[in-house]
Amino acid sequence: MTAPTGPDAGPFTAAGPTAPAPTGVSAPPGPVATGGAPANQVAGAPANQVAGAPGHVAGLAAPPGPVAGAPPGPPGPEWRRLSPRMLAVHPVQETLRALPALVAVLAAGSQSGHSGPWTLVGVAVTVGLGVLRWATTSYQVSEDQVQVRRGFIRRRVVSIPRDRVRTVDLTAHPLHRLLGLSRITIGTGQSDRKEGLRLDGLSAGEAVRLRAELLHRAAAPAVPAQSPPGIPFPVSAPPAAARPGRSVPAPAPAAPGETVLASLRPGWVRYGPFTLSGLVTLGIVFGFLYRMVSEAHFDPGRLGPLRAIGHQLLRVPLGVAVAEVVLAAIVLVALASTLGYVVAFWAFRLSRQDSATLHVTRGLLTTRATTLEERRLRGVELSEPLLLRAVRGARCIAIATGLRVGRGAERGGSLLLPPAPRREARRVAAEVLGDPEPMSVALRPHGPRARGRRYVRALALAATVPAGLGLLWEFAGWPAWAPLVGLLALPAGALLAADRYRSLGHAITAGHLVVRQGSVVRRRCALARDGIIGWHLRQSIFQRRAGLVTVIATTAAGRQRYVLLDVDVDRSASLVDTATPELLAPFLVR
Amino acid sequence: MDATTSPDTGAPSNAGAPSNTGTLSSAAVLSDAAATAAALRLRDPLHRVSRRAIGYWALRAGLGWLVPLAIEVVWLVADLGDLVTHLVWLGVTVVVAALHVGVMPYWRYRVHRWETTPQAVYTQSGWLNQSRRIAPVSRIQTVDTERGPFEQLLGLSNITVTTASAAGPLKIEGLDHETAQRLVDELTTTTQANPGDAT
Repeated sequence: MTAPTGPDAGPFTAAGPTAPAPTGVSAPPGPVATGGAPANQVAGAPANQVAGAPGHVAGLAAPPGPVAGAPPGPPGPEWRRLSPRMLAVHPVQETLRALPALVAVLAAGSQSGHSGPWTLVGVAVTVGLGVLRWATTSYQVSEDQVQVRRGFIRRRVVSIPRDRVRTVDLTAHPLHRLLGLSRITIGTGQSDRKEGLRLDGLSAGEAVRLRAELLHRAAAPAVPAQSPPGIPFPVSAPPAAARPGRSVPAPAPAAPGETVLASLRPGWVRYGPFTLSGLVTLGIVFGFLYRMVSEAHFDPGRLGPLRAIGHQLLRVPLGVAVAEVVLAAIVLVALASTLGYVVAFWAFRLSRQDSATLHVTRGLLTTRATTLEERRLRGVELSEPLLLRAVRGARCIAIATGLRVGRGAERGGSLLLPPAPRREARRVAAEVLGDPEPMSVALRPHGPRARGRRYVRALALAATVPAGLGLLWEFAGWPAWAPLVGLLALPAGALLAADRYRSLGHAITAGHLVVRQGSVVRRRCALARDGIIGWHLRQSIFQRRAGLVTVIATTAAGRQRYVLLDVDVDRSASLVDTATPELLAPFLVR
Repeated sequence: MDATTSPDTGAPSNAGAPSNTGTLSSAAVLSDAAATAAALRLRDPLHRVSRRAIGYWALRAGLGWLVPLAIEVVWLVADLGDLVTHLVWLGVTVVVAALHVGVMPYWRYRVHRWETTPQAVYTQSGWLNQSRRIAPVSRIQTVDTERGPFEQLLGLSNITVTTASAAGPLKIEGLDHETAQRLVDELTTTTQANPGDAT
């Protein structure tokens, strides 16, 4: 450790954890003797007390925590700890995670006849691990970076520059909520490493404060004096003022500069069945049951109700039986989807904070609060999966840098509105964009040749179905009616083509490029024109003959590329030129 | 790019009427009379790539075709039973490969072009399917040169210009080494003059 730099104004430049951070070895509290830095008002520990803390030179066998005992208040950024209440959560989590191993231990124990002690040892080990995890995890927020230290044997320090912090999510599962805790996940938008910067278990108040601290650095570069606004996090947050271990002065209760843009109305649950999210859940449940049954050599026919159902199905004609099974499946999926909707989106709320960040809170059991800085917002996507479209529903997704669209959990981070009435989705999109035009403007269709290509492509794809079945009939002895039934794919393809063309359109408004396409999932994307960072004009050999071109606007946000299918070549140049004036000017000719 | 509102992108008159049915109205949003009157056209980029790139593409394609050819020859030797079928397949492969190796490089050479201005990079590539890509210099993140064994053999370089979009890398294949070096220097200089994270 270098000698503490005295009057250095920047608290974090003073030796300390920066040096050992990349190597991953433990850092004894470096800045303890930094006399010049302002004393911390909250935690009353004077600096010189702490100076006596073990000053081991960084090594692999360094002490687990920065300082033994209660989190002290060294000047400047200090290492803060997770909430001690996590001591109650970690063991339970560890036990759950170690359940298979415990079961194995239990089994081994029962065979050798003394299961009791072994189980106890197993439980003790897991509880010990939980305690260890709490004791070895600490975090620090300095002026320009966030660091998290964890691990006992393999010490790890993860640091990210604060201006790379893009999202801060708070999650609280039921056990967390019971204890007034929440888990904070700091997203940098890059390939989010597993457990990259996740602090499992701060008190809810602390977490909200940390979030405000991380997201408001632009407004207040030094210490975010401005308080975390009263973000309504559906957890009964304990009074935080009494908690030690904060380098930030206790924030004054802020004037809530919050505007609620949308909140869930119970009636929206009617869109639940049309999301089909239950399909996945049911798949998992059935897969699990199937494995249980097959591994336990249990005959489901022995179960009374199941046997009764089986007998009933065998008695009725085949058609009726099939109809019954299909109906039952539909009802099950609808129920599961509705349940999923309620669990995921209950108490959904979208609000704007100080006209700078968007907050989404949601969840029935596990609550989730995500935050998105509006300066990262590049647009909004209105998506209508076919079933949802049929009942005039839609959902809203943010197009933002650092938030990839798609992929399960990530998608949750960018959701602006769960399936809701389309009119509501439009309104929310307009509110978020600050401009109603992109969502209401009439779109320009792409013309008859684009329509022709929709039909050719859809029908060519559809024709492979009867063709494939025909081959199977010819060579694999499939029944002759198979290819005939397969012919039904052709009208289906034609319908798809018609709908795909009907969806296809684009517009350029004052601030946005608006693109709509798709049938199975129809998406209307409004991409900010200043978020377009390049163009890609693509022509297949067929498109060249038809005088069409696919225009792709590339961006750093959302899907990274927004595609305008089959635009008239004669129009494409002026379209690109209008959307991003001057970029194309040197390359244009009349 | 600046999103200043130019006069011809003003708000359309029908903005107040949201079409709830979601059908497309044929009413044009923009008064882009310019587009219909005298179609604005995107010209080709100015510079061709090096002529040696023809050899490079031919070499690459030829080596690619060696794999299926080798498989077919081995199969033929291993199973002499149905000689005619094997020979027909082999013949077809040879003809297709010859066409590909003989036609594709010249076709590509006619298409592949590039141009840079202080504001933008513009490339054109492909043969059956063709692409034009434009990226503003202010949004460039990295400029990579890459010289594989074939490129070194022929004194060529490939350049990849990436932007913050995962969908937007621009590739210029088959530049002669000096041109590539000059281009990279030029791009890095102009890119450095543009601060910001280019998103």
